[in-house]
Amino acid sequence: MQTYQLTVNGESHTTTSEPDKPLLWILRDQLKLKGTKYGCGIAQCGACTVHINGAAVRSCVLPISGVSGPITTIEGLAKNGLLHPLQSAWIEHDVPQCGYCQAGQIMSAAAMLAVNPRPTDADIDTAMAGNYCRVVLMFVFGARFIQLQEAIVLKGRLKHE
Amino acid sequence: MNNVLTRRHFLKASALTSGGLMLEITLSGAALGEALGTLVGSKELNAWVQISSSGEITIYSSVPEMGQGIKTALPMIIAEEMGASWDDVTVLTADVDSARYGLQGAGGSTSIPRNFDSMRTMGASAREMLIGAASEALEVDRAELEAKDSQVIHLSGERLSFGALAALAVRQPVPDPATLSFKDPKAYTIIGTAVGGVDNLGIVLGQSKFGIDVDVPNMRYAAYARCPRLGGTAINFNEQAIRALPGVLDAFILAPDARTGQSSMSFLDGLAALQGGVAIVGEDTWSVLNAKSQLLVVWDESEASTDSWPEMKIEAQRLAGMSGGEVKRDHPVEAALAEPNNKVLEAFYEFPYVAHVCMEPMNCTVHYSAGTTSTAARMEVWVPSQFPGQVKEIAKNLLGLSEAQVTVNMTRMGGGFGRRAVHDFVAEAMAIAARTEGPVKLTWTRTDDIHQDFFRVGGFENMKAAVSPEGKLVAWDQHYIGFAHQGKAVIGSGLWGNEFSMTALPNARVTQSLIDIKTHCGAWRAPGANTNAFVEQSFLHELSVLAGRDHVEFLIELMGERRWLSDGNINALNTGRAIDVIQLAATKAGWGKPMPAGWGQGLAFYFCHAAHIAEVADVYVDANQNFKVGKVTVAVDVGPIINMSGAISQVQGAIIDGLSTMALQQITMTNGRINQDNFDQYQVMRIGATPAIEVHFIQSDYQSTGLGEPALPPLAPAVTNAIFAATGQRIRSMPLSQEGFTLV
Repeated sequence: MQTYQLTVNGESHTTTSEPDKPLLWILRDQLKLKGTKYGCGIAQCGACTVHINGAAVRSCVLPISGVSGPITTIEGLAKNGLLHPLQSAWIEHDVPQCGYCQAGQIMSAAAMLAVNPRPTDADIDTAMAGNYCRVVLMFVFGARFIQLQEAIVLKGRLKHE
Repeated sequence: MNNVLTRRHFLKASALTSGGLMLEITLSGAALGEALGTLVGSKELNAWVQISSSGEITIYSSVPEMGQGIKTALPMIIAEEMGASWDDVTVLTADVDSARYGLQGAGGSTSIPRNFDSMRTMGASAREMLIGAASEALEVDRAELEAKDSQVIHLSGERLSFGALAALAVRQPVPDPATLSFKDPKAYTIIGTAVGGVDNLGIVLGQSKFGIDVDVPNMRYAAYARCPRLGGTAINFNEQAIRALPGVLDAFILAPDARTGQSSMSFLDGLAALQGGVAIVGEDTWSVLNAKSQLLVVWDESEASTDSWPEMKIEAQRLAGMSGGEVKRDHPVEAALAEPNNKVLEAFYEFPYVAHVCMEPMNCTVHYSAGTTSTAARMEVWVPSQFPGQVKEIAKNLLGLSEAQVTVNMTRMGGGFGRRAVHDFVAEAMAIAARTEGPVKLTWTRTDDIHQDFFRVGGFENMKAAVSPEGKLVAWDQHYIGFAHQGKAVIGSGLWGNEFSMTALPNARVTQSLIDIKTHCGAWRAPGANTNAFVEQSFLHELSVLAGRDHVEFLIELMGERRWLSDGNINALNTGRAIDVIQLAATKAGWGKPMPAGWGQGLAFYFCHAAHIAEVADVYVDANQNFKVGKVTVAVDVGPIINMSGAISQVQGAIIDGLSTMALQQITMTNGRINQDNFDQYQVMRIGATPAIEVHFIQSDYQSTGLGEPALPPLAPAVTNAIFAATGQRIRSMPLSQEGFTLV
């Protein structure tokens, strides 16, 4: 067991772990950040996507010993009570169906938009090719309409069940 | 209905096994006491509706949500009927409580038709209690009041908010359901509009809880290894080495247990025998998954499955040459097939086993507390299940617990598609929990999820037909070759009796042969329909080509006069509705228009789950057999739409799911072992292949029916018919990746 310092969504955490434990399970089981999902464990489906230094990475195959920079998870994407414009677009276009892959989809799209605010369809297809969903078309539109959206104030009712 | 005693009536919905629903009034002493008890100081108007004094309306969603949108759609019906403003509504997941909510299940695209009347009864009942409260408060006749926009409004213009009326409303008599009247659909302001999913905000913030996210204090984590060959049992394993690994707390063998598969609910096939294997319990998920990967297990495979897909195909081809065993429909076809002036076509179709691959792998959390001399044993379960109430039977069969000893919490599901109607993983979690101190969460790996699936069954159909010199279909000889467990057709295999060929086609003989297997099979989004549609609608297109006729015209002629094939049965095909969706899809797609080089259009119609749906696919195929589905035009008649946004999502999702499956997916097995381990070997379509999808609804006056499944079956034949139009190549086997076609 070794000790690791992580910065997650702007907060500092000290955690002990085997060096080969993937970041996904540190986030989910130790830090209790459950928004990042397990889907395959082999970086094929993208449900576990988080940002490290702003870049999209698959946390299911990244050992904690390989983490080198601040981490943002889906829980940290909305800031100061403002939804990320992608989150607004997702709600506006009623994108989620079961919703399980959506955190990974949004994190991949957000990483792309951060460096490429006006992506072409081909850019979007490339950036999102690592994210599986069995059913959702609307995230295509969600991603494409994103340029039209302004950040909106977090509103609506959120219930914890 | 103003009789004070009626306030003690307890509205209770209970489902009949036929799928119908009745409302009962329970007047027994116990129920009476319980109902009164909940009303004292309560905000509850009925089991589904609460209103706070500040005007927040809480509607409970009693049906499990797996992405089909029912958690939004059913509360919309209640809100509409009670006169609520949707903005004031918060939807919460109901407890799992069959006495209060009846059957809480989701499957077969039945949740809308099964619950529509009870939901509007709950809404109307709440509305009448609010109106009664306002009548009392304003001292006016209730006929002068209407409920609208979360207010009760008097003719004079005076109005009281639902919140202001809440305390008085709960003390109103509960109306006799027989006296309730319902809104004129023309006055609807919520039903039929596009409403976003009630959990969308939580989902985009990463805060919605799926089953896999359950976290209870002092929880342990578990993994379970089954024999790679279905039915094998564990003899021993490297126990010392496993126990020495970091984070591992316990490791033990579970013997197989057939009792967990015994169900008293014969209409559900949702329980499964516990498979033998090795359980590992530890401090976190990674520790147990890591330990699982280092297991060395000696398996007893003497009873294990020997199923092999190549052998199944050989047996099916042998059977295809013989006439079928069971005769399902017997019109004489021999003369027409032998008539030399007729054109005869014979074709052998094949479809593979496929997996569910719900994005959320199977999981279940169980806290079992053994009884002591002074306390009874208790169990609490958190489960993403399509039929959460059914898991109580497993606790009874496995541990002898009564219903009252078990509390079940249903969670949002990361996909269901029929997989979460079977509860083998729940039996595993309960058996592990019975040997573990405190709560424990079992998480399957993706490989577990694929290997241990209850697959969409594969199968074969040998088709033969004749068309007359006038181009009319004069003989249809269909031989379905499917699969059985101990002689009984598995779910999704064989013909059910409501198929087009079984009901509408003239001059049809339909026979069926079954091959016995051990491989687990289960419902998979539109079971039966999703494979038979491919065969039936492809072959009908083949016949229209053989007859030299336009496909649309040929199909419509086969429908004949506009009529119900079974009067008064919403689950029967209505040829008029069929003709209308075929014509609408064709018109909207520009059927018959000139297509650019390499492009073709294909059409398919299918009827299942009470839905009439036609689809036209525009497909491009290049010289290297790369194919792109440019657009799918869909025409749907499922009656009036409840949530337009949800309905469009279900259709789009079914098209994408259908395309992904028919183009890419196949499960094969060799000597009982599943050959595909993870998403690298079992692909899901990626974003670039997504077609444009245009959805058109015919909102006929018939009953609203479900849309979770029926838009999927017509997709595969629409695409392969389009590939034929583009290239002249007929595809009679899925997935297309095995036929040399690459989806791009």
